[in-house]
Amino acid sequence: MSEQLVPVSEIQSTDDNVPRWGMAIDLDRCTGCEACVVACHVENNIPIATEGDAAMGRSSHWIRIDRYYEGTFPDIKVKYRPVLCQQCDDAPCEPVCPVYATYQNAEGLNVQVYNRCVGTRYCANNCPYQVRVFNWFDPEWPEPLELQLNPDVSIRPGGVMEKCTFCIQRIQRGKLDAQAEDRKIEDGDIQPACVQGCPAEAMAFGDLTDPESKVSQWAGVGRSTQLLGELGTKPKVFYLEKSD
Amino acid sequence: MTALATTLNGPHRRVREDVLNPLEGLSFWYLASAAFFSALVVWALFAWGCQIFWGIGVAGIRRPVFWGLYIVNFVFWIGISHAGTLISAILRLTDAGWRKPVTRAAEAITVFALMIGGMFPLIHLGRVWLFYWLIPYPNDRLLWPNFRSPLVWDMTAIFTYITGSVLYLYLPLIPDLAEMASRSQGWKSRVYRLLAIGWTGSDRQWHALERAMKLMAAMILAVAVSVHSVVSYDFSMSIAPMWHSTIFAPFFVAGAIFSGIAALILVMFALRKFLNLGRYLRPLHFHNLSKLLLLMCLVWLYFSASEHLTVWYGNEHIEMTVFNARVYGEYAPYFWLMVACNFLIPFILLGIRRLRTLGTIAVSSVAVLIGMWLERFLIVIPTLSYSALPAAWGPYQASWVELSITAGTFAAMALFYMIFAKIFPIIAIWEYDEDVSTS
Repeated sequence: MSEQLVPVSEIQSTDDNVPRWGMAIDLDRCTGCEACVVACHVENNIPIATEGDAAMGRSSHWIRIDRYYEGTFPDIKVKYRPVLCQQCDDAPCEPVCPVYATYQNAEGLNVQVYNRCVGTRYCANNCPYQVRVFNWFDPEWPEPLELQLNPDVSIRPGGVMEKCTFCIQRIQRGKLDAQAEDRKIEDGDIQPACVQGCPAEAMAFGDLTDPESKVSQWAGVGRSTQLLGELGTKPKVFYLEKSD
Repeated sequence: MTALATTLNGPHRRVREDVLNPLEGLSFWYLASAAFFSALVVWALFAWGCQIFWGIGVAGIRRPVFWGLYIVNFVFWIGISHAGTLISAILRLTDAGWRKPVTRAAEAITVFALMIGGMFPLIHLGRVWLFYWLIPYPNDRLLWPNFRSPLVWDMTAIFTYITGSVLYLYLPLIPDLAEMASRSQGWKSRVYRLLAIGWTGSDRQWHALERAMKLMAAMILAVAVSVHSVVSYDFSMSIAPMWHSTIFAPFFVAGAIFSGIAALILVMFALRKFLNLGRYLRPLHFHNLSKLLLLMCLVWLYFSASEHLTVWYGNEHIEMTVFNARVYGEYAPYFWLMVACNFLIPFILLGIRRLRTLGTIAVSSVAVLIGMWLERFLIVIPTLSYSALPAAWGPYQASWVELSITAGTFAAMALFYMIFAKIFPIIAIWEYDEDVSTS
């Protein structure tokens, strides 16, 4: 963790009307309950790894809770940090892909084109956050979980890289709904599954170019930090934590 | 020409007997070892088939070690390929007379090592059937590969290198192919004749061939250096700890030459033994190459020390995690074995003159091949295993699929070489003729 090297006020869009999506996570509120992980799995049709696969490092989570322990037993303090794709402005995963399967879209999302991916896995090696998930096999769901697949999200075949999309299908739905009602998208209209599912309300999502949005407000406070910001990746996920 | 050949006298006639005799007939041991190596290759192909059918998950790679033995082998084999081109091109350009019995054996290693090494990036793809998406072919959706990706540079470099090295192997083969055509009968003769593309041995043709070979030697040298630099960029362009290093390009090139020389020495031992070429591959050749090996051993030490000293002194905590794992931690046995194989063994055995015999040269070469393979392993695995976030650390354990494919490629190398040495004279006869005539 490092100081906020790229202040939220410096995150700009190419166009005034184009939002730049970001997230803020208040670590002092996070209880490590993993509701975000479950919500993400359900929303995004993420395969469920078996016990053996998980032990082997083959589990797929687009968001995971990293645990860090401070002190020695019994005087121990656990710190939780939900880690998802940081949607870096200068994403190291993007230039290394030989087939343009991952690139930065106009709204600052680091998008992954499943159909284009050939599976070199270079992007995952070059992601310092290790948030990229590879499909080692064709996906399977234990019965009856296949009945709850989300029709808005494509199923990824084996051999393909995937990762957090900030629930791009919800962003799209939010834009379409606003368009149908002939209004602008308002802050809070769009919530990724993890944000919606967080019982501690520790996560905020929205447009970083709007200084009034909840995410901008949160990201602007003194407790705000970026994960591995010193690597120059310019993450758009901000972690709020009191320094002690 | 057959009549002419019988009129040849002295060394000219003898070299034909010695070099062309091994091409005749198939002995039991030849067929037995060919069957053994073929079995290993077929097994490796079966393993690859399993991987394509079930998914790449049958291999042992897992998060965070997304690249495993396949990439280790890829870098290793591309390194071996530097045996031929660099050594033969340098010796050709500097006109070192002793090179003549060595060059073709070396150039053949290059072609086969590249064929094998070039397969690994494909074997390791998640969806290998779509590999051609890396190639900038015209398509109606105007999709291009990403030229910013080192993997696209890599593919370009390897295609260039394999094209160049096939030409470089083929050009000096042409006069020998013409002679083979005149010495054999039936379909064999026709095949050799076709491959000789109308060689008559006129002055004009010799002149053109000399020029083409000089030109190819100069170009292949530049290509060889750039290829292994580009291979190193696969690592050094990333921001992974201990990969993001400016020393990687020259370090990889030096390491490639190092392992290439070792491979060449071993192949020469095999040729000497199995094809009875002791008269041509003389102790002089082994001693000269072993001096080159000793030189590269010191260059390797210099680069390796520079790399590790810089990281250790800088003491940057993310890099130090990888450094510690390599030097003191779980990878330490491999690391110190690598140091022994790449430095101690060849330095002592080749550096002390009294100890330098054909036997110790062979031992050093085996040690260097093991050491250089370990070096590639130590570059690829610990860095991925210990990435920047401690919460994402994880181990790697190769599965039977990776091990089978690895074994299969070594068998493939032996098999390719056996077949090549059965079809083509492994020593350039005309170059030897030239040598005898001028001396």
